[in-house]
Amino acid sequence: MKEELKENILEVENLAMVFGGLTALTDTKFQLKKGTIKAIIGPNGAGKTTLYNIITGFLSPTRGNVWFKGQKISNLKPHEIAIRGISRSFQTIELFDNMTVLENVMVGCHSRIKMSFFASGMGFGTVKKKEEQIRSRALDVLKFIGLSDKYNEMADSLPLGEQKYLEIGRALASDPELICLDEPAAGLNETETHIASSLIKAIKEKGVTVLLVEHDMKVVMNISDEILVLNNGQVIAEGSPEEIQNNPSVIKAYLGDVTQHA
Amino acid sequence: MLKIQKLHIGIFAFFIISFPFVISRIPALGNYTNIMVFAGIYTIITIGLSLFIGYAGQISLGHAAFFGIGAYTSGILTARFGINPWMCLIIGIFIVSVIAFLVGAPSLKLKGHYLAMATLAFGIIVYIIFNQELEYTGGPDGMTGIPGLSLFALKLNSVEKYYFFVWGIVFAAFLFTINLIQSRTGRALRAIHASEAAASAMGINVPRFKLIVFIYSAILASLAGSLYAHYINFINPSSFDLFFAIKLLIMIALGGMHSIWGAIVGAVLITFLNYEWLHFFKEFEVIIYGAILLLVTIFLPDGLVGIPGIIKKFVKRKL
Ligand SMILES: Nc1ncnc2c1ncn2[C@@H]1O[C@H](COP(=O)(O)OP(=O)(O)O)[C@@H](O)[C@H]1O
Ligand SMILES: [Mg+2]
Repeated sequence: MKEELKENILEVENLAMVFGGLTALTDTKFQLKKGTIKAIIGPNGAGKTTLYNIITGFLSPTRGNVWFKGQKISNLKPHEIAIRGISRSFQTIELFDNMTVLENVMVGCHSRIKMSFFASGMGFGTVKKKEEQIRSRALDVLKFIGLSDKYNEMADSLPLGEQKYLEIGRALASDPELICLDEPAAGLNETETHIASSLIKAIKEKGVTVLLVEHDMKVVMNISDEILVLNNGQVIAEGSPEEIQNNPSVIKAYLGDVTQHA
Repeated sequence: MLKIQKLHIGIFAFFIISFPFVISRIPALGNYTNIMVFAGIYTIITIGLSLFIGYAGQISLGHAAFFGIGAYTSGILTARFGINPWMCLIIGIFIVSVIAFLVGAPSLKLKGHYLAMATLAFGIIVYIIFNQELEYTGGPDGMTGIPGLSLFALKLNSVEKYYFFVWGIVFAAFLFTINLIQSRTGRALRAIHASEAAASAMGINVPRFKLIVFIYSAILASLAGSLYAHYINFINPSSFDLFFAIKLLIMIALGGMHSIWGAIVGAVLITFLNYEWLHFFKEFEVIIYGAILLLVTIFLPDGLVGIPGIIKKFVKRKL
């Protein structure tokens, strides 16, 4: 039991989410091992984004709990969860389009380097030093996601692929222990998808645990350690990429469709 | 970017310092320094308001009320109770902070039109209180006998002295706010403006930041109110009515609400229109304000301070 707690960074316990009459999630449970990549796949409307919204505090579940590092987080607000070390990207891009690329990532550092309202207004020396720290940290992140030379461009002027990398970079800037990516390769061409895929692998190599919602099966099969399949708000299978590929109920519910497309 | 900022600030300071000396040599413009005192007082409000509206993306029709509460606190406590004006100014700030907290905590959960309505309701209630509490406020006729200010031994008893005093405070509020904008706080506010969801996912406590700037902008309005009361020595409710709340919005829209410079430009221009240039139009004055707001929102979404940017873009495209 204790061993398990240490190993699992996240535990999702019998989650249910009901919107009015619509049940988006029923009895969802899974565990996430520290330092791994777990993909969550399933057709549109399966409840993947809803699950993310619960984990990151944007929705409170109708039933069930989420535990992060042994602490219950399902009653916390999004910013409190972010401070505890869970970061996320958004399916529909939610960049700060009134800011430059660098500033977007600097906002990502918000929860790590703090300064008071009064001190910032007075422009004290300590504030200037911290601002420098934030800036150099953000520049490091930009190097990591390969956007260094675009640091001064407006976020919304980037092509879609780079906007997606920037979402990932901004989420990384908070130095999270767990990052939840919601369809990071959606809408990307082959080259861009490849870059996104290596980026996610590199994130894992940094020691950050990854939850990955993604429709691109090549990406999912290549980089995931484990896969969870959701259908109609229910977990229908869980296992290694090989196990999932050969699971008859998965093939019926989901993979069948995808192979036809591909 | 910071260097350009410093150059602009230098030019701005030079303009403000030389203004009364130049004006005093042009008899026809004799009243302009006096008007600039009012412009400075309104600028103190619009600096805070532009942080709240332009940067954080919120809306308020309640800042005329905060301005009024500051003015009446100073007016009532000095004229009726003989308390030291500086003490009253601080008491006003304290009262306004508490009220802004009580009003802001529930209403800042609302967005857009709903927040506008909530702050509008607050403004109207305060306006009614100014009118009804005859014993203290003097009702619609207002109250007189508010003393002037002295800075230690120096009596601020001339227009020029008050001018430098007020613009000194404008300058301090301006620098403080510029520093805020260029720091973590400013980024957090702009993040909230762009996407509250993404902001909170980055660990920003959205309700807290909104409340802090709301209170900050209310404090500046209260401070401006106290300065106003001690300058004209007489106040009545009509200086703090809904029309004034809207004029504040027109000021920041005209100047450009995405820049603190816009807050200054807008406040100064509207004040001159209000006190000097629009008398000719008499009761049609209000139509001019409507036209300004309409034209600016359609053609100049970044206000007057956005014009250089538009020209730059235009020239670039031609080349
Ligand atoms: N805030 C909400 N209110 C009502 N229904 C919602 C809400 N969010 C999601 N849903 C519904 O829940 C179901 C699951 O949606 P979602 O989690 O977005 O699926 P996925 O991300 O797997 O495509 C869908 O039927 C969707 O319409
Ligand atoms: Mg989704």
